Amino acid sequence: MLFIATGAVGAVGVGSVAWPFIHQMNPDASTIAAGAAIDVDLSAIPEGSSVTVKWRGKPIFVRHRTPKEIKEAGDVTLAQLPDPQADAQRVKKPEWLVVIGVCTHLGCIPLGNQGEYDGWFCPCHGSAYDTSGRIRKGPAPKNLEVPNYAFASDTKLTIG
Amino acid sequence: MSGPSTYVPKSAVGRWFESRLPIMGLMHSSFVVYPTPRNLNYWWTFGGILSVMLMVQILTGIVLVMHYTPHVDYAFSSVELIMRDVNWGWMIRYIHANGASMFFVAVYIHMLRGLYYGSYKAPREVLWILGVIIYLLMMATGFMGYVLPWGQMSFWGATVITNLFSAIPLVGESITTWLWGGYSVDNPTLNRFFSLHYLLPFMIAGVVVLHVWALHVVGQNNPDGVEVKNVARDTLPFTPYATVKDGFAMICFMLFFAWWVFYVPNYLGHADNYIEANPLSTPAHIVPEWYYLPFYAILRAVPSKLGGVVAMFSAIIVLCFLPWLDTSKVRSAKYRPVYKVFFWLFVASAIGLGYLGAMPAEGGYVLASRLLSIYYFAFFLVVMPLLGLFETPRALPASIADSVLKNAHSAKA
Ligand code: HEM
Ligand code: FES
Repeated sequence: MLFIATGAVGAVGVGSVAWPFIHQMNPDASTIAAGAAIDVDLSAIPEGSSVTVKWRGKPIFVRHRTPKEIKEAGDVTLAQLPDPQADAQRVKKPEWLVVIGVCTHLGCIPLGNQGEYDGWFCPCHGSAYDTSGRIRKGPAPKNLEVPNYAFASDTKLTIG
Repeated sequence: MSGPSTYVPKSAVGRWFESRLPIMGLMHSSFVVYPTPRNLNYWWTFGGILSVMLMVQILTGIVLVMHYTPHVDYAFSSVELIMRDVNWGWMIRYIHANGASMFFVAVYIHMLRGLYYGSYKAPREVLWILGVIIYLLMMATGFMGYVLPWGQMSFWGATVITNLFSAIPLVGESITTWLWGGYSVDNPTLNRFFSLHYLLPFMIAGVVVLHVWALHVVGQNNPDGVEVKNVARDTLPFTPYATVKDGFAMICFMLFFAWWVFYVPNYLGHADNYIEANPLSTPAHIVPEWYYLPFYAILRAVPSKLGGVVAMFSAIIVLCFLPWLDTSKVRSAKYRPVYKVFFWLFVASAIGLGYLGAMPAEGGYVLASRLLSIYYFAFFLVVMPLLGLFETPRALPASIADSVLKNAHSAKA
């Protein structure tokens, strides 16, 4: 009885001391605060070009898509996609594509306007993304992630 | 060990100390009178070389820390400061950076020696597994050290390697965030890698003590793979025989090491690491340090993210199971004509994978990586278990002494 009680209290004690030592490695308060929302001015991005902004240490691609790119993205049937998602589910306004520019394979930054699908190509292990940022070919398992964002006005985008 | 210590301190102070802490006796029985098989060849000198290399890394590392600043804004420039302003800093850093490579050269030779002569077989299983643990710790240490100068390869290497954990289902993303201490590789990551890069070599030193302890319990294997039967006939005392031979090999190795440090100090590194880390631009072609390349090739050979990561880690973990995968009764490849062929094919496949790991992941390179990866695993999982059943080994010598004396006769003839 005494052994069990001692053992139980000991296990709880070890567990509750271990947690702070594990949790201290998670993002600290200042890192989380620095990850707050940012604004992007859209009037400076002409059609057919994109800007890369830094948010939470990662690049965010904001692309002003051309009608051709929008059509390409819409014409794909879901059966052709490794991670099926319709273009409409990935954008709020068809002309603006906003994605986190981090390859879902191992985290390199894909290069814009490249690869077989007119979207992005990752030089690290050869993943190709389409004009909706969806994975089409290569080792990456998922589409480029879409961050939380909102259009504060016609020319102002808030990310985060 | 060689039984109770025969050490007799010569001085009165020595006797006083020995009866309170018998450490001199331990040293004496481990490194002076310790019996070593008389047929050991130069492949047996790499254990000593590895111990020296660990000390070289710790010594140069401690000195580098006196000048290095683990912060994303200063790390790169503090390494440049070491290179340009610190007295002899360039030499100390080149010794440390090339020392890591030499450490891996020595450990690969040491491991292949074990693989060739069957040193992992009973009763040396624990000794072998401790070795695999040291190897894993070395890989972690080398990886985190390479991140510290905070160049482009540091940053992107750290990004790719930490992202390996994101392949784990469900908890993968939380684990990578936890490793980073943020949303990407950043200052918190650099800080903790610095802390661990300082710690791990001392953990390696601890495991090395266990490794040598286990070695001295079961005794050394030898090129003929037959156990010592008669200590007087089959062995020679460690000092002077092994001490001198190890010393000679160590000096040759140091000359080789010095050639890299003084003539081609940047050959084994990557030029992109002299460009400061830029989180918004990935270099066109990222490659890890040469000593990880075979595993990197295996990672890229598998067309699925999780599958690639699992294959890569399995390629190392499989080593722990060798004592039970190899079914042959004979240890040394010297007496295993068929195993010998498969062994050299294995060495060739590992080198081939190393080459492919540095090439772009496309076309024929990917196909070749797949074939060589299949052979890599087949060697351990198919060849080793089956060969023990089908191979007819050559006749073993009756004892170590017999094999040495037979050699002496044939050399004269
Ligand atoms: C197992 C032993 C060790 C290995 C394999 C190792 C490996 C490495 C490697 C590969 C680098 C990158 C070198 C470069 O390209 O610049 C490095 C850097 C560094 N290491 Fe180590 N290291 C070891 C032990 C230590 C120890 C014990 C310390 C501290 C006490 C240390 C402190 C440092 C520092 C401060 C740097 C950054 C400066 C630089 O980049 O040259 N290392 N290490
Ligand atoms: S990180 Fe992009 S393909 Fe591997």
